[in-house]
Amino acid sequence: MKNKTYRNVTVFLFLLPGLILFIGVLIAPIIMSVVYSLYDLRSISTQGMEFIGLGNYQELFTSGSISFWKALGNSLLLAALSVFIQLPLSLGLALMLGKGVKGERAFLSVYFLPVLISTVVIGQLWRKIYNPDYGILNAVLGLFGASNVMPTGGWLGNVSSALWCVFIPTLWQYVGYHMLLMYAGVRSVSPDLREAAKLDGATDAQVDRYIVIPCIKPILRVSVIFAVTGSLKSFDLIYVLTNGGPFHATEVPSTLMINMLFERNRYGMGSTIAVLMIALCFAFAIIISAVFKERDIYGKK
Amino acid sequence: MEKSKETGLEQYHVQKTNKFLRTLIYIGLILWALIDLFPIYWMFTFSLKSNEEVYGMNVMGLPKEWLWSNYQKAMTTGNMPRYFLNSVIVTVVTIVISLVAALMATYAMTRIVWKGRTLMNSFFMLGITIPIHASIVPIFITLSKLHMTNSYWSLIIPYSAFSLAMAILICTGFMNDIPKDLDEAACIDGCGLWKTFMLIIVPLMKPALATISIYTFLQCWNELMFANVFISKEALKTLPVGIQALSGRHTTEWGPIGAALVIATFPTLLAYVFMSKSIQESFIAGAVKG
Repeated sequence: MKNKTYRNVTVFLFLLPGLILFIGVLIAPIIMSVVYSLYDLRSISTQGMEFIGLGNYQELFTSGSISFWKALGNSLLLAALSVFIQLPLSLGLALMLGKGVKGERAFLSVYFLPVLISTVVIGQLWRKIYNPDYGILNAVLGLFGASNVMPTGGWLGNVSSALWCVFIPTLWQYVGYHMLLMYAGVRSVSPDLREAAKLDGATDAQVDRYIVIPCIKPILRVSVIFAVTGSLKSFDLIYVLTNGGPFHATEVPSTLMINMLFERNRYGMGSTIAVLMIALCFAFAIIISAVFKERDIYGKK
Repeated sequence: MEKSKETGLEQYHVQKTNKFLRTLIYIGLILWALIDLFPIYWMFTFSLKSNEEVYGMNVMGLPKEWLWSNYQKAMTTGNMPRYFLNSVIVTVVTIVISLVAALMATYAMTRIVWKGRTLMNSFFMLGITIPIHASIVPIFITLSKLHMTNSYWSLIIPYSAFSLAMAILICTGFMNDIPKDLDEAACIDGCGLWKTFMLIIVPLMKPALATISIYTFLQCWNELMFANVFISKEALKTLPVGIQALSGRHTTEWGPIGAALVIATFPTLLAYVFMSKSIQESFIAGAVKG
């Protein structure tokens, strides 16, 4: 009995540093975020803050001065672009690499490199690439005789081109990440299975379509979830490139949240946006998982 | 794996399409590699160029005159050395704290038998899915009340907490590979749990420590949102925030900015050259669990 108490105390002591950090910085603040989102909190002092129920949510959804719907629409558009442009590209690269080409590791390492570089560095770099006067994009276009295709206001300054110009660096940076996940999956497909299919006369493309892709479905699910939730949460690159402008053309929920906190001192509203973002991320993760499960059932029929 | 497929067993036409396909595959792979590398190459070259070269004389080529003085300028005109030092301090302390906390927690959850240890593990794993946005407002308010914004701790504590889940995940994998017999032998030799932990387990966890350190390093070194919100004092800015400030001030001179970008990226590149495999593996592990 004494031994058991000693063991329990030891276990507790071993867990203590981790628990303090985890509960203090992650769990408690999430609960506080939900609470703050129900208050009209306009200063650091939480004393005397006014409980307004779902008032923040209502204002967010209806107010014309807070462009929440625009921000949400933009991030959903970015999510769709990631899923339908970025992920197929990653899958293509992963399938090609998975065929056992020469220099496989070198390719892999090059593709993954942009993932590791700080988004601020990448943002600043792409600002230079897009620079209206001396940017490399215009220089490259000039080589093909298309020197005056740049929209008025510059690539990042034009309302209709800005969101695309924000998406391209994202694509450039994260294709390698999804490629790595998918490549790991492709590599784990049993070579016997491929060989059997080939003996039966399947072409390379058929092997990919009917053997490899179904095998890596769990990883594709993870990639789709990451691409969608990542777009909903995206902040760094947009903050560096456009900070949500011009005229909210690239506004996303997180830039809106930071703007609420530091331009308008609306901490309650900032929490509301944070809570909604998290809720949306979880909702999308659940929906995407369900969609993939359903597909599985049909696949088995 | 591939070699075995190319035995004489395959039909002739498969071989033939293979060759054509193979060329296409190489073209595709090389094309994307070039797309990946070109902006990085361009960053390196304009960091060594004068404005005249950047502005039209020589936009894409290698610098005609290698202006290393851009690097000197980047290090002396702004506060780059300060930002760099701040990033190093914040990152190193974060790594130490999350390593210690993760090692201890993982030991309790994998080597000691008690009820609810798997539940505790799943609880910690929640941390992999929770985004930092979820907690930024309450943490900011709490730090402000404690007058702790504009301090290293205002970044170190949140970074440690957010690195913890991943650190525990990696630790668990490595610790499960250590044979349980060792603990029993140590117990018979009269080692208590603490002694077993310090003398047997920790020394065997060295490869895990390297993987965790590099993963945590990448997260802290590049983090922008918290650093941007919690730090406004020039002397405490980390590299991501500092570079933002620097580029805001010197918009006309490209060389030194490019040099600053290269300097900020250099430690990452160095780590990647030596540890590319374990870096890639830790990213895969994190994704599959999360």
